[in-house]
Amino acid sequence: MILFGRRLPAMSSLLLWALLWEIVGQTGWTFFIPPLSEVLVTLFNVIGTPAFLKAMYETAYAFISGVFFAVVIGIPVGILIGKSRLLDELILPWVNIFLSAPLTALVPVLMVLFGFGMKSIIITTTLFAIWIIILNSRAGVKQINRSLVEMARSFGASPLDAFFKVYFWAALPEILGGVRIGVIRAVKGVIIGQLLISIVGFGALFELYSNNFMMSHFWAVLIVLFALAFTLSEFLAYLERRVSYYAASR
Amino acid sequence: MSQTSDALEMPAPVETDSAVSVRNVSKNYGTVEALRDLSLEFPRGQLTSLLGPSGCGKTTLLKIIAGLLEPTSGEIEIEGKRVTGPGPDRAFVFQDFALLPWASVIRNVAFGLELRGVAKSEREAIAEKYINDVGLSGFEKAYPHELSGGMRQRVGLARALSVDAQVLLLDEPFSAVDEQNRRKFQEDMLELVRNENKTFIFVTHSIEEAVYVSDQIAILLPRPSRVSEIIRPTSFRGTDVENIRRSPEYLDIVDQIWASLRNYVE
Repeated sequence: MILFGRRLPAMSSLLLWALLWEIVGQTGWTFFIPPLSEVLVTLFNVIGTPAFLKAMYETAYAFISGVFFAVVIGIPVGILIGKSRLLDELILPWVNIFLSAPLTALVPVLMVLFGFGMKSIIITTTLFAIWIIILNSRAGVKQINRSLVEMARSFGASPLDAFFKVYFWAALPEILGGVRIGVIRAVKGVIIGQLLISIVGFGALFELYSNNFMMSHFWAVLIVLFALAFTLSEFLAYLERRVSYYAASR
Repeated sequence: MSQTSDALEMPAPVETDSAVSVRNVSKNYGTVEALRDLSLEFPRGQLTSLLGPSGCGKTTLLKIIAGLLEPTSGEIEIEGKRVTGPGPDRAFVFQDFALLPWASVIRNVAFGLELRGVAKSEREAIAEKYINDVGLSGFEKAYPHELSGGMRQRVGLARALSVDAQVLLLDEPFSAVDEQNRRKFQEDMLELVRNENKTFIFVTHSIEEAVYVSDQIAILLPRPSRVSEIIRPTSFRGTDVENIRRSPEYLDIVDQIWASLRNYVE
């Protein structure tokens, strides 16, 4: 955006909102919103503490494992149902149901099935991320140029070669888009899992801080979480742009 | 023209040395007949054009020969061997080029060899030679989206040549290429047919193009498709490329084909 003849750097609107936050906080209008400066001070005090690092580790572990399974299962399933009419008919309705279903309501069922530990949290994370990855991978494969498929066949590609050398790359822009949205949903999944299943990680910190009205701590952790999710999503968006040069000409 | 029906009684056709035989091929899509009982011989080392109005099934026939489509009945033989699917004896050149947009020119040209498991250094040496042959040297590291339509099709052609198949199948290869590039391509095709000892099957909807490049022109008529005529230009083959379009026979054949096709143009 250009204001008074100067180009503003990206996201400079955040500064405005930060200022508003600070002002509202300083007026002492509600305990729920402490001044931003106080939150930032708390953030730097909290960030090195063992409790915080432990929470960070637990959350990262569940998050990374959950996303890993979502990607490793989701992409091949998406490509397979994109290529096979039969599998598509069988699986697609379920993908659509789970994509729009309130997954939080399923978490108690997962607890019954998989217990109250890390396993259930990881599965919750995977469940939040996987459906959009499947759907996008499927869409990516569906739009592959017919003649690319025929080219692979006519030059004698084995099914495995066709998969890894043609279909995967041709669908990559859509797949990456799906993974990016999936990762954002996985952040939701891991926190909901940690709040509902067993009180560990960042979920435990949220619980602890909000129950004890430690609002500046609460906001500090939220900012950290937001920053992590944002960085990750920006990184994936960067990868997406790297492959988008050929997205239009497949 | 009797060769097509004779082929039935004689398993090894003597008078024409054909590389590809199409015997009584029919293709139905549901209730729609695309091809009916079509037979055609393709002489070895020559270029045969499949020419006809749109919807006459010429691309369908080409894809059946390629093994990409299954005929409803009838059979295709390549050098006496029955076609059951795509094979290394045939290479396809696509109308829309079908290049891998994420791969460089050299990888695209070498892709057919890559799929056959040829070692990287070896396949790149072969690709290099054909990139040079089609006049693209210096563009090995370029990506398809950086090339013009004409150059992309040269990549497609180099890829088909590099697998050293006996039969080259070209599906309207120059229709997405601009006029000047198309003319250059047509001249290059003549040279290619002369130098490479391969059999070319060439689908086109351009009468002039077919007459210009072909040793044999098969006119297909639609609904359902069958071969209505086979024309073999004689006098201007072997003359200079510049003189072909001025040859009386060239002009006569173009007129003759137009006369038989004009009724089928909507």
